[in-house]
Amino acid sequence: MEQVDRQEGRDAAAMAVDDPWYDATASGWGGEAATGVPGDGRPDAVPRQRVHSAAEIYLEVQRSPAFQEVRGRYRRFAFPATLAFLLWYLAYVVAATVAPGLMARPVAGAVNVAMVAGLGQFLTTFLLTWAYARHARLRRDRAALELRWDTQEMTRGAVRS
Amino acid sequence: MTGSHQTLALVLFSVFVAVTLGITTWVSRHRHGSAEEFYAGGRLFSPLENGFAIAGDYMSAASFLGISGLIALYGYDGMLYSVGFLVAWLIVLLLVAELVRNCGRFTLADVVAARMAERPVRIAAGTSSVAVSVLYLVAQMVGAGSLVALLLGGSSEAARSWTVIGVGALMVIYVTLGGMRATTWIQIVKAVLLMAGTIALTVLVLLRFHGDVNSLLSTAAERSGHGPGFLAPGLRYGGDWTARLDFISLGLALVLGTAGLPHILSRFYTVPTARAARRSVIWSIGLIGGFYLMTIVLGFGAAALIGPDEVRASNASGNTAVPLLALDLGGGEGSTGGIVLFAVVAAVAFATILAVVAGITLASSASVAHDLYASLSRRRAKQYSEVAVARVAAAGIGAVAIGLGLLARDLNVAFLVGLAFAVAASANLPVLLYSLFWRKFTTRGAVWSVYGGLIPAVLLVLVSPVVSGSPESLFPGVDFHLFPLQNPGAVSIPLGFLAGWIGTVTSHEPPDEARHAETEVRSLTGAGAV
Repeated sequence: MEQVDRQEGRDAAAMAVDDPWYDATASGWGGEAATGVPGDGRPDAVPRQRVHSAAEIYLEVQRSPAFQEVRGRYRRFAFPATLAFLLWYLAYVVAATVAPGLMARPVAGAVNVAMVAGLGQFLTTFLLTWAYARHARLRRDRAALELRWDTQEMTRGAVRS
Repeated sequence: MTGSHQTLALVLFSVFVAVTLGITTWVSRHRHGSAEEFYAGGRLFSPLENGFAIAGDYMSAASFLGISGLIALYGYDGMLYSVGFLVAWLIVLLLVAELVRNCGRFTLADVVAARMAERPVRIAAGTSSVAVSVLYLVAQMVGAGSLVALLLGGSSEAARSWTVIGVGALMVIYVTLGGMRATTWIQIVKAVLLMAGTIALTVLVLLRFHGDVNSLLSTAAERSGHGPGFLAPGLRYGGDWTARLDFISLGLALVLGTAGLPHILSRFYTVPTARAARRSVIWSIGLIGGFYLMTIVLGFGAAALIGPDEVRASNASGNTAVPLLALDLGGGEGSTGGIVLFAVVAAVAFATILAVVAGITLASSASVAHDLYASLSRRRAKQYSEVAVARVAAAGIGAVAIGLGLLARDLNVAFLVGLAFAVAASANLPVLLYSLFWRKFTTRGAVWSVYGGLIPAVLLVLVSPVVSGSPESLFPGVDFHLFPLQNPGAVSIPLGFLAGWIGTVTSHEPPDEARHAETEVRSLTGAGAV
């Protein structure tokens, strides 16, 4: 019991030092640099939340706007991109099976539509890889890293449920 | 083949074995026997190193020998493998690599078990990982066997069997002594050798045609006897609708299977962060993409310079097209250049097989020890004993793979790999994607989706023409085939997803919101990642 109390106490202290999510949203992107130490100077601007266990902390983080933003940015890129390349790949495979005549149509010299489509698959794969890497690096990495440190700070000393 | 081929190839191969054994001993010198060290190599590899290691794990003998052989024999239809094997990496990059790195520790089951009742999920995911690994291992063993058959003149059955046994024994030594650290370095060495060998051959093929790809393609088409049809889809998979469905089934399995391969998933744990995992995948996409583009050139080059008939005469399923091409590019039978190039290619292919086999064995021994043993034994195994179990498991898996490899030696290697991919896509991918992205996913859903994909995939292979009922099947004498397709993917992959969905909507337990939150937050931010 005493142990739990002490951990709660430590936890509350941690909360006061680096406050929850609102700060991270405000500072995440938009170029106003990596806002110094989170939470300094405005410990009372944010309602203090008493988080008791790691499970509650993760739920808390999951509901925070900063996390929702990171998740949204990831999903808004990854899901449509996955759908698009899968459809393009399936179209290629199905065309090769049901429309061999179309695929055999010559384009230039010995190169036919099938060759162009196959090499097109290679090209789109490289392009999408590049686009995803760029998107993740510029739009997601920094915010995710801040969330990581904040979450770890909060869970340190929390009671594992 | 003349004696000098064999001697030089064997010398080069022995050098590779000596170097890799040296790496293994050197690495195991400062080993401290922890699970972290054994399964993940200490997690401190750089993205560049891991990118090469991933490429090394992935570019198997099946790709190097099998795909080029299929292109040499069937032209465009072989290219499907090249395209599918590469496009598959987008799923790994976009949906899997970073999230898996953040949530798991060593295996696929770690990711799923984080949200679910641990024991049933670990047993299910561990079983399917071992099943996929064993199938993939068999393919590599068959590749080793047919390579030696070519090297020693194709007639010596005993030599072939001893090669399979020797490769199996070596891989057990690498894995048990060196763990992930040695395996990773072996992959890196092998990836560099394989890329260098492939680049050299590709340049020689293009030089032979004075850089004129058009003339390469038309010569290949002309020599094949099929004319322009050789460059269009339909030669292998074009006949009746069964064959066409088989093509689609294979295409699905290739693109969805990679993200479920246990030995690929375990590679993401060898780097410190999710960002490093992403950068390693980007490196590997570059390497793998370049490699598969070159296999296309080699395949058509073999068709143009050797001709499909001669390739088929050497090995019915085309596995020896590239070594024959090397012999020709070096100056033909009896010339020094030909001998050297042939020996180099044979040694590179050996290296490839050894390295891939070691990687898969390590991943499957992790599944046995970390997932199956730890869940099935009463008390949670202590760390040192888990690594000991993993070492024993590596030896056991080696023995199973040797046995099956001897049995399956006449099947095309790329085709066998297609089967392994189908099982991975049916059993491992649905559960992985559901746990990462579906809030309502439950334990029952997880268990059902693994077995709902694994059992149909394996059963459909057993009752397919691969096992019985046709002259090329495993048991040509008997006929109990009920399922017309060679690749089960088109049926079993949707079944895996469907079973996971049904299991989830029918389960009585409510989804665990808190643990889902934990998985989601950890997967996207890396909080609490090891």
